[in-house]
Amino acid sequence: MAVRKNQATLTAQEKRAFVNAVLALKRNGGYDAFVSTHNSFIVGDTDNGERVGHRSPSFLPWHRRFLLQFEQALQAIDPTVTLPYWDWTADRTTGATIWGADFMGGNGRSSDGQVTTGPFAYSSGNWTLTVRPDSRNYLRRSLGTGVAQLPSRTETDGVLAIAEYDAAPWNSTSAGFRNNLEGWRGVNLHNRVHVWVGGMMSTGMSPNDPVFWLHHCFIDKLWAEWQKRHPAAGYLPTAGTANVVDLNDTMKPWNDVTPADMLDHTTRYTYDTGF
Amino acid sequence: MSEVTHASELTRRRMLQGAAVALTAAAGTVVLGVVGPTGKSATAADPGASDTFDELFHGRRIQGRPVADGGGHHHGTTGAGGTGYAVHIDGEELHMMRNADGTWISVVNHYQTFQTPRALARAAVTDLQGAALVPVAVA
Repeated sequence: MAVRKNQATLTAQEKRAFVNAVLALKRNGGYDAFVSTHNSFIVGDTDNGERVGHRSPSFLPWHRRFLLQFEQALQAIDPTVTLPYWDWTADRTTGATIWGADFMGGNGRSSDGQVTTGPFAYSSGNWTLTVRPDSRNYLRRSLGTGVAQLPSRTETDGVLAIAEYDAAPWNSTSAGFRNNLEGWRGVNLHNRVHVWVGGMMSTGMSPNDPVFWLHHCFIDKLWAEWQKRHPAAGYLPTAGTANVVDLNDTMKPWNDVTPADMLDHTTRYTYDTGF
Repeated sequence: MSEVTHASELTRRRMLQGAAVALTAAAGTVVLGVVGPTGKSATAADPGASDTFDELFHGRRIQGRPVADGGGHHHGTTGAGGTGYAVHIDGEELHMMRNADGTWISVVNHYQTFQTPRALARAAVTDLQGAALVPVAVA
């Protein structure tokens, strides 16, 4: 069984293997397809229309499936690789090892936000952005400028305490766990992390920054933690909801997987720590 | 549950910063066109769906105007998002979307909300640092 680990605990060899698999996927063209798919859903998901990947109950199962697909693509290159997660409640400074030159690389420089260190720096020649919102083809970050602080563990625990999975109208105005985790209301967890990283992570093409996967892997873990805390609470809504993916509806773009299929992550991978 | 959104606080701070920058730059912002049909600027209470603007902001021409949903504008704007509004930066369309609470987001700043399309356009100009928008492909 594949184990997804906290990125802070990875060995040098594990970091190298992950980075090399990501770079190989970028080289063979597979990576940019993930960026395109994500952006298509970002711009297509609307509060009052069809919504699948974001601002809707299926935000969590959709990204679980998306991450599985990405992880499988990496494993086709190196079967030892699993997705690591970034616990931003713990590793919350610009000096954290996640931003080291041996892993994600560092902050963007002040003049133009360009990341100049690590394997994803434009100057490496291995990370040229093709699916992008503007003419700049280099990875950018601006850690901690769009918003000063990453979410704290206390704030995160407050969201995990919300007993109801989601609530009508099933969009960015909803009460419930999903929308408070996604961040459109409340203390703001997921959205705030995108803003804190800045640069490409602030855009619809956020998977251009490999830290996207580590961020969403932790969001996925928080969903699992929530399930553990609220074993009697399930995915909502369960049937008959216009424009929204009900429990047993299939999700685009795969059309062969439902939220119900995604509820139990342990059939596919486990996390390194119990919760 | 209280509606204290971090993003809104952030937006207000950004707008204030933007205003300060514009003042410091002395005429960094030049209004080219009328503000809107009512002649007043959009406020938080009036999110600006009906306002039209046309100005230079940090050397970029930003324009915003209401559009009819599905009214034949090129795909990526009204068709995908049902926005009912279009923003252009130096003539290139900025993909944007309206949230159910009346706030706005753009493809450049997708995870933080703005009270008005003008604030959204100005934030995009700040982020772009002179770079040109490229058309957003929608599958």
